[in-house]
Amino acid sequence: MTELVRRCIAGDTRAAARLITLLESQDRAAYMALYRLKDHVGHAHVIGITGPPGAGKSTLADKLITQFRARGLKVGVLAVDPSSPFSGGAILGDRLRMQSHATDLGVFIRSLATRGSLGGISKATHGAIRVLDAAGYDIILVETVGVGQSEIDVVRVADTVVLVSVPGLGDDIQVIKAGIMEIGDIFVVNKADRDGADRVVRELRAMLETQAQLTRGQSPAAGPDTLAARDPDFMHHAGIEPGTQPESAFSEQVSETPPVLKTIAENGTGVAELTNTILKHLDRLASTGELEHARLESIKYQLGQFVFEEIDHLLSATDLTNVRDELARKVFSRKTDVYSAGMALFERVFQQGADHGHSQA
Amino acid sequence: MERKIRVLVAKPGLDGHDRGAKVIARALRDAGMEVIYTGLRQTPEQIVSAAIQEDVDVIAMSILSGAHNHLFPRVVELLKEQGVDDVLVFGGGVIPEEDIPFLKSKGVAEVFGPGTPTSKTIDFIKTNLKRTLS
Repeated sequence: MTELVRRCIAGDTRAAARLITLLESQDRAAYMALYRLKDHVGHAHVIGITGPPGAGKSTLADKLITQFRARGLKVGVLAVDPSSPFSGGAILGDRLRMQSHATDLGVFIRSLATRGSLGGISKATHGAIRVLDAAGYDIILVETVGVGQSEIDVVRVADTVVLVSVPGLGDDIQVIKAGIMEIGDIFVVNKADRDGADRVVRELRAMLETQAQLTRGQSPAAGPDTLAARDPDFMHHAGIEPGTQPESAFSEQVSETPPVLKTIAENGTGVAELTNTILKHLDRLASTGELEHARLESIKYQLGQFVFEEIDHLLSATDLTNVRDELARKVFSRKTDVYSAGMALFERVFQQGADHGHSQA
Repeated sequence: MERKIRVLVAKPGLDGHDRGAKVIARALRDAGMEVIYTGLRQTPEQIVSAAIQEDVDVIAMSILSGAHNHLFPRVVELLKEQGVDDVLVFGGGVIPEEDIPFLKSKGVAEVFGPGTPTSKTIDFIKTNLKRTLS
């Protein structure tokens, strides 16, 4: 394992690939490997690409690779596709669109199956990012599965989220729904040569401007209103002296309205501009300190997730499965209910976890 | 947790018929394997590079153009050059009987002709893996 880690840090493709496999298999030794990589991570810019199936995410990723390579950057790609809930197998087909980069030594493409995760990426994605980061890739593109409305886990691993949309998916209510539409840092309307592209751009911009105005505390419909005019008390409580311009007082906290760009990934139209926009986004995050904040938040989330996964792992051990099944029968025959049985099971899991911790220490 | 069997399904050469490759991909998926599908017109270099990055156990190639005697051995050769010795390589497609001994002598583990039941291919993979799954 030490040897694998050493080779990975030196940029060895096979070592990086093997480490990702170990992480995917939830191999305990791989956790130790991640620990040893810790001094070599944090340098890569992680870009999430998400959007519905068939929006052109892989084709866009392919063209983005070309752009980043032209700028002298090494690119790692983690492309996630769904596992079958029945067989556990998968067909990973994102790579198909990126095979022209297969022999470029500055590009590493790895397909990951979701293996039961429902948030758009797989459990191992987070660790795989660390591996590629340590192996020296400057840009890491994480392409999610084709998402619907609520698979937002990519926001927990990416510095910049590019949300890819296409014409013809629905009306403007779709763009103001909660969920996926809230996580984009950059919005792309791909297949922009199709009918209705401009309408989608307009709807996205309207949604994002409304969002920005709501964040600023303005009524979007009321125009150039001031907070002071509407609520002098609020201004007082907020510690803002009368006479100062409320908008400027708040502007530092207000993030920019996310850009909306048009692309035709198939022939590369608009992809250079998208690349610049992505790089600018990272610069802004770094200069405002938002990057540190977002990465810290992401780590907090990962820690919570790790605990869930460990519990899940404990729960799959035979003796606890038996306890669970026994409790299930009691709930079924109405000797108890789901909540009481659940608490009893939780206590057993907790006990097991404590014993487990001692035996490891 | 047990490792999943990962298979690269590739079409080397210039013929554009990938129906067989897709049928195999589906069957392997249904057998619980993770199939990386790389599509048409792949060079041996692209196939080997993808196989390394994807850390696959198996490379399954389909060819109907007649260039198998050149392309299949070339993939095996490139793997050796890269120091990869734990990947199972086999082929399928329209391949004359008399070419099979040559291909096997070059390190292609098996050659499956048209009409081979997919269950036979699945069993072949499971019994001939070069890496352990645990």
